Amino acid sequence: MFVTQYIKDVFGAIKSLGIGMRRTLWYFVRPKEIITQQYPDNKDTLVLAERFRGEVVMPHDENNEHACTGCTACELACPNGSIKIVTKFDITPEGKRKKAIDQFVYRLDMCTMCNMCVVACPSDAIIMANDFEHSVYDRTRLTKILNKPGSKVRDGIE
Amino acid sequence: MWSLENITKSVDSWLNLQFSPTIAFLIEAVIIMVLVIGLFAFLGLVLVYMERKVSSFMQIRLGPNRVGPMGIFQTAADTLKLIVKEGFTPNNVDKFLFNLAPFIVMVVAMVVLAPFAFSKGFQIWDVNVGIFFITAVSSLGVIGILTAGWSSNNKYSLLGAMRSGAQIVSYELSAGLTILVIVMLTGSLRISDIINAQADGWWIFKGHIPAIIAFVIYIIAATAETNRAPFDMAEAESELTAGFHTEYSGMKFALFFLAEYANVFIVCAIGATLFLGGWMPLHFGENNWFNTIMDYIPGIVWFFGKAFFLIFVIMWFRWTFPRLRIDQLLNLEWKYLLPISLFNLLLATVIAITGWHF
Repeated sequence: MFVTQYIKDVFGAIKSLGIGMRRTLWYFVRPKEIITQQYPDNKDTLVLAERFRGEVVMPHDENNEHACTGCTACELACPNGSIKIVTKFDITPEGKRKKAIDQFVYRLDMCTMCNMCVVACPSDAIIMANDFEHSVYDRTRLTKILNKPGSKVRDGIE
Repeated sequence: MWSLENITKSVDSWLNLQFSPTIAFLIEAVIIMVLVIGLFAFLGLVLVYMERKVSSFMQIRLGPNRVGPMGIFQTAADTLKLIVKEGFTPNNVDKFLFNLAPFIVMVVAMVVLAPFAFSKGFQIWDVNVGIFFITAVSSLGVIGILTAGWSSNNKYSLLGAMRSGAQIVSYELSAGLTILVIVMLTGSLRISDIINAQADGWWIFKGHIPAIIAFVIYIIAATAETNRAPFDMAEAESELTAGFHTEYSGMKFALFFLAEYANVFIVCAIGATLFLGGWMPLHFGENNWFNTIMDYIPGIVWFFGKAFFLIFVIMWFRWTFPRLRIDQLLNLEWKYLLPISLFNLLLATVIAITGWHF
């Protein structure tokens, strides 16, 4: 019937609007639910999710050793050429020549944080860090050398 | 006892004692003008802040919180910015109408304020057609909006103004019919009579079913008449940039903005006067201890409390409901609100004649 449908429409509309209004009032009277981060003020206590991808870093242990063998898998995986690996040859105590990295050049200004280099790395030498405050006054400072000076590859990683 | 009525009476008698009646009248007119402008400035500052805070809390945000404690000086800073801005008039607009339009909107909002009773005896003009005067004059505001849209020489402005015209003309009907319900129950158009009739209970309680239906329809129509979301066809940020005031900047824009919030206050004050008793404290029956306690709260607090409660409800609507399309908007009015309010008027007539209200 048209009339019953009309009345049903009116009451159904009032009911559904009431559900929406109850939800907004629920949030209105609970200021603790506010999710806004007061960013520059809470810099010290800011907690980011572990999965957040800020930049590529190469972790070094206390002996200034990293896990990068210079295999260039990450350089090949990078879709926009943000990684450039310069290799050199070390002389081992047995007198053999061994390939190692000289410079791990990482260009943050070209990086899209796609995580493919981290996935491609066979020895987990690079990871994604949480740091997101990348602004600098000169763009050349966005080209970073990830391996620290004097560092070498950890023993036992081929 | 201290009351606003005594203050106005003593000022009036003192002025008449000092000056001739004509000069006393002129001085009183100036005092009233200053008070009205002061009220509007206060409303502009408070309501914008309130809107921003209500919206932010409903959307799980913090809202303005940098200028002063809890951001209470944010609107003052915004006003300062708007005053300093250049009052820009684009080429190819109708310069006279373009500059006139914000003042029409503003003056209409100020004139509507005349018959309002803010407290017992604190009223500018207790005219015998009070509520009729209010509905008649508040409809003139759309002329200012149409003038602004037409003179801007801009498609968006014209579209927004035309939509606003269609919308206000439609929703005036159901707003008028719901006001008639209370006029019928009271038997008078005079604001002071309507308020005095609620001395033993507000109309929303005394008038039961027709008054509650009328109240709901009035709130919906009032939201539409003030061009606020979910009925913000006239502004429609997503489609028309800013609707009728697209071309306005600086203080002329601020006048439109202020008039919008003044109109929100006015429709809510009408709602508070008709359905919630105006300045009348919460009374049940006659002469009992509950009424005596409630009488200790001054009338102006009751009036502004009720008006601000209704303003909160309208803001709550705005930040909860999705926008309506223009055809949905007109459907809602002509197919739902108008038939329901006509039937409601019939019901109210029966109740008023047979005396079935309390």
